[in-house]
Amino acid sequence: MSDQLLVADKLTRRFGGLSANEAVSLTLTRGRLHALLGPNGAGKSTCINMLSGDLPPSEGRIYYQGRDITALDAPQRSRVGIGRSYQRTNIFPGFTVLENCRLAAQSRHQRAWRLFANALGLRDTLDKAHAVMAEVGLEAQANRIAGTLSHGEQRQLEIAMVLATDADVLLLDEPLAGMGSEEASRMVGLLDTLRRSRAILLVEHDMDAVFAVADEITVLVNGQLLATGTPAQIRSNHEVQQAYLGEEAFHA
Amino acid sequence: MTIKTHTAGIAQAVVLAALAAYPLVGSEFYVEMVAKVLVLGIFAMSLDLLVGFTGLVSLGHSAYFGVAAYAVALIAPEFAPANLWFVLGAAVLISAAVALGIGLLVLRTRGIYFIMVTLAFTQMAFFLFHDTALGGGSDGIYLNFRPEPRIGGWMPFDLAEGSQLYYFILAVAVLVFVGIKRVLRSPFGRVLVGIKSNEHRMRSLGYSTFNYKLGAFVLAGALAGLAGVLYAVLFGFVTPELLSWHESGHVLMMVILGGMGSPVGAVLGAGAMVALEEAFSLLTTHWQLLMGGVILAVVLFLPGGLIALPGRMRQLIKSGGPHE
Ligand SMILES: Nc1ncnc2c1ncn2[C@@H]1O[C@H](COP(=O)(O)OP(=O)(O)O)[C@@H](O)[C@H]1O
Ligand SMILES: [Mg+2]
Repeated sequence: MSDQLLVADKLTRRFGGLSANEAVSLTLTRGRLHALLGPNGAGKSTCINMLSGDLPPSEGRIYYQGRDITALDAPQRSRVGIGRSYQRTNIFPGFTVLENCRLAAQSRHQRAWRLFANALGLRDTLDKAHAVMAEVGLEAQANRIAGTLSHGEQRQLEIAMVLATDADVLLLDEPLAGMGSEEASRMVGLLDTLRRSRAILLVEHDMDAVFAVADEITVLVNGQLLATGTPAQIRSNHEVQQAYLGEEAFHA
Repeated sequence: MTIKTHTAGIAQAVVLAALAAYPLVGSEFYVEMVAKVLVLGIFAMSLDLLVGFTGLVSLGHSAYFGVAAYAVALIAPEFAPANLWFVLGAAVLISAAVALGIGLLVLRTRGIYFIMVTLAFTQMAFFLFHDTALGGGSDGIYLNFRPEPRIGGWMPFDLAEGSQLYYFILAVAVLVFVGIKRVLRSPFGRVLVGIKSNEHRMRSLGYSTFNYKLGAFVLAGALAGLAGVLYAVLFGFVTPELLSWHESGHVLMMVILGGMGSPVGAVLGAGAMVALEEAFSLLTTHWQLLMGGVILAVVLFLPGGLIALPGRMRQLIKSGGPHE
């Protein structure tokens, strides 16, 4: 029971007349990687935006370890332990890779009142920043300006920043998109390790990767939850097969 | 990198030594002008904290400067000198409190709305002092005595004496400069710069950015207030013009002229502004026109401001040299 970290209960989000998510429920459990599948425009990013606090849901509730967190804003949700990455790279392009990670790590112990402390001298923060750069394989680029990294490296940085916040729940929106195959397989290996102590929600188009690492899969189509189950259940689900065969956008 | 910081350190030491030695050689008129540059430099550094570091373009920063200057004039007794430490502390606190109140409201807006609302508040402050009995109308208020820095029975220095006033202002300016540099490398300062770069990402990393922006707003207001106190003490009178939006625009131009995002730039901008105004007003009565031209030229041809000039020249020299 206590391993159920995040519960979404019938989340609905409307944009004008469009229901981008319609009564979507899902549960993220510590130790398990939950994949969210669906064609483009299915509402996957909208779902993550509601869980992370970037978008308020039109209806429905969100619980973190049993506590209703629907009213918390994005920074508050980050501080309780929900971290996210973005589908479109969202970093500090003018800062070094190290400073990107350092700022992310500093958020766990902000020390806003220590106006005369040297931020670069805070050991715990700095150590964390170096640790996550090593985890994603960016240690050698520590002093590069983030905006000058390759697209794939910026994707790695995006992940490193979430990791630096020590989140219990990781909401990862297409983290592998744009990575080279070597970087991607390294990242899949990393997700595999991270899952042991966390709950992960992964949006990903690469079916081979998804079926290889997911413990559970939820399929969204047109904002509706089509099916939830183990990879084997999803693979043999008739509705899913039909939906997919009809979808061109989904042949990754 | 280290060579560069080394050069900057030497340059700063040389400038400081020159400023310290100046009253020995300069005339009274010019010593007062340099003191004015230092006061406006503090004012510009405080605005740069918002504009250059946090990304908040305030067009109402004169409110905190002017309110503190008025506080000095209003608190001081009519027939005796006030205590410097008391008026200074009280005026800075009042400015900080006003910034807190205004900040709580204006920081809920963004972009052009933020500019407009800060402008509206400074106009309200202007009319409060211009049109009510509180501020002595459009003539303002004279300060009959310079405040005394008395601590118990001891007078460490005497502000009635011109060069001692100069050194006091120089000391405050150096303290503010060093203090702002420290704050900018603190965890708080790094967050401000992060907000300027990408506020959305700062929020998703767990920073409640409103609180940080409010902190920056209050700190900037308090420092503008400190500049306002020094201004009142230096010139001995206050007028509603100190609060007007012209003054807000004036200090914003100093920041842009010197180069946003650099305390040195802010002081340079204040110096350049005072020097150019002085020079142009000797030439023609339409000096404001010339001033506008200079600002335009800087924005168009030197986007980083005066502080970017050495780097630009180095680049020019390099690109003029042989190619590899
Ligand atoms: N901020 C928004 N305003 C209006 N419509 C939006 C907004 N965000 C997403 N949508 C719409 O909601 C639907 C789901 O989008 P999204 O969640 O991004 O899908 P996915 O991530 O699965 O590709 C799309 O039709 C999209 O156009
Ligand atoms: Mg998406």
